Amino acid sequence: MKKDIQDNSRRDALKTMLRGAGLMGLGGMSWGGMADGLKASELSLRPPGALAEKDFIKACIRCGSCVEACPYDSLVLATPDDNTAIGTPYFEARKIPCYMCPDIPCVVECPSGALDKKLLSIVKEGSQTMDINKARMGVAVVDQNSCIAFWGIQCDACYRACPLLGKAITLDFRRNDRTGKHAYIEPVINREVCTGCGLCEHACVTEKPSIIVLPVAVASGKAGSHYIKSWEKKGDIKLNGATEKADVKESAAVDYLNDTESLFDD
Amino acid sequence: MTNIVKRNRYLLGRRLIQFSILLAFVGANVWGWTFLTGNLSSAKVLDSFYLADPYAVLQIFVSGFIASTDILVGVLIVLLFYAFIGGRAFCSWVCPLNIVTDTAAWLRRKLGFNYSGDNLRIKRNVRYWVMLLGLVLSAILGLGAFEMVSPIGMLHRGLIFGFGMSWAVVASVFLFDLVVMKNGWCGHFCPLGAFYSLSGKFAIIEVEHNVDKCTDCMECFKVCPEPQVLKIVTRQSGMINAGECTNCGRCVDVCADKALIYSLKKYSK
Repeated sequence: MKKDIQDNSRRDALKTMLRGAGLMGLGGMSWGGMADGLKASELSLRPPGALAEKDFIKACIRCGSCVEACPYDSLVLATPDDNTAIGTPYFEARKIPCYMCPDIPCVVECPSGALDKKLLSIVKEGSQTMDINKARMGVAVVDQNSCIAFWGIQCDACYRACPLLGKAITLDFRRNDRTGKHAYIEPVINREVCTGCGLCEHACVTEKPSIIVLPVAVASGKAGSHYIKSWEKKGDIKLNGATEKADVKESAAVDYLNDTESLFDD
Repeated sequence: MTNIVKRNRYLLGRRLIQFSILLAFVGANVWGWTFLTGNLSSAKVLDSFYLADPYAVLQIFVSGFIASTDILVGVLIVLLFYAFIGGRAFCSWVCPLNIVTDTAAWLRRKLGFNYSGDNLRIKRNVRYWVMLLGLVLSAILGLGAFEMVSPIGMLHRGLIFGFGMSWAVVASVFLFDLVVMKNGWCGHFCPLGAFYSLSGKFAIIEVEHNVDKCTDCMECFKVCPEPQVLKIVTRQSGMINAGECTNCGRCVDVCADKALIYSLKKYSK
């Protein structure tokens, strides 16, 4: 009799544990799914000096200090309808771009390290300081279909708005064959220099901006590591230690060009 | 009038502190005040040092990032204060969501919902599992899992920086507490409350019960958001020493017999 009671209590304990584990699973999956979904968008432009998106949403404590420090109200904190990790800062260049304060107050005020001074630091006249031009908030991309400069209309609004005038955006002159006597004056982005501040997107005259700033990771392709830039200094450094030699006959290419036999009918 | 104030002095005191803190944060954002800048996740005090939310920083830590020294010192200050002095006082004296859930609880009492019999019942210790789950998910997802969904964060950020759709989440908590479950959010699920329940267990400020003065009116049980902590009331004198007591003092307010008073923990016993 006594044994029965013991068995039941053990069975009950097992049941409770199983149901508890089930509840944890249920909660974990729905909560985890929700949290993971909410971080989904990588399209948001982050403040200058932000860590890579994956680390940024870890590190940001969501205190809003950068938002308060921003003198232009460019930065806002994401709310649930913003498609960005809730409570993290971002800006929309078309609304209010980053005006590139030289003292970078948003980074100075960040207590958590999510905005990293090191990413912007330079040594100037022997002392450590920050340079806003080192920011990589994003990179500008031109839609050549809607950019009126590519239609032949003279517009250099983005070029003029760029705080790194003549460096981040240059103008490319190309002959307009349609009229025969005009030039296309087309904006070209220099990705090495563009900070992603969004002043170009803000200034663009088309109804919907034809130059937009995207996060660098979103706008960047990747050629893959099997390509080699042999013309760059140390570009082919990774060939060192390669054991296998490709079977290429130096004369083959020349022979191919000189081989006219196959061009003629017998 | 003075009687009403006296009978609600701790409630009024809590609201005063809660709103003052919010006002300081809003003032920092709108008018550039420097009493408290940031928000409840991390605040800079008088432009000199930081306070930070320990559970948020713990999530950040398990997700794989070590916060700056400023933040870690801020966590330490907060932890020491609640561990030695305040107990779980954050929940009832600072947290703005407390105003929402207290209002829901008050409305429940007025509307008689507590006696409908069809209320959802869940064990109150679920919150500790939620707290643990929050840390596990933070580690798996590589981000602060509770910070992504926290109605507390949405409310205080909403008040300081603008709501967006956050109001709907806060309203959901209100309605959940009002029609589904008594003390639903704060008393059963909130992982931050669970964290402070554990960390504040040995704090010095506690409510003391004197059974000789008690007239068994049960008013304290009606208003207490964590009535299980009042288990000694009407039975024996002693300290309310459960970590889940938020030190809100509502029982002290409503006790007409002075059988419940704020007191200091007696460590010697």
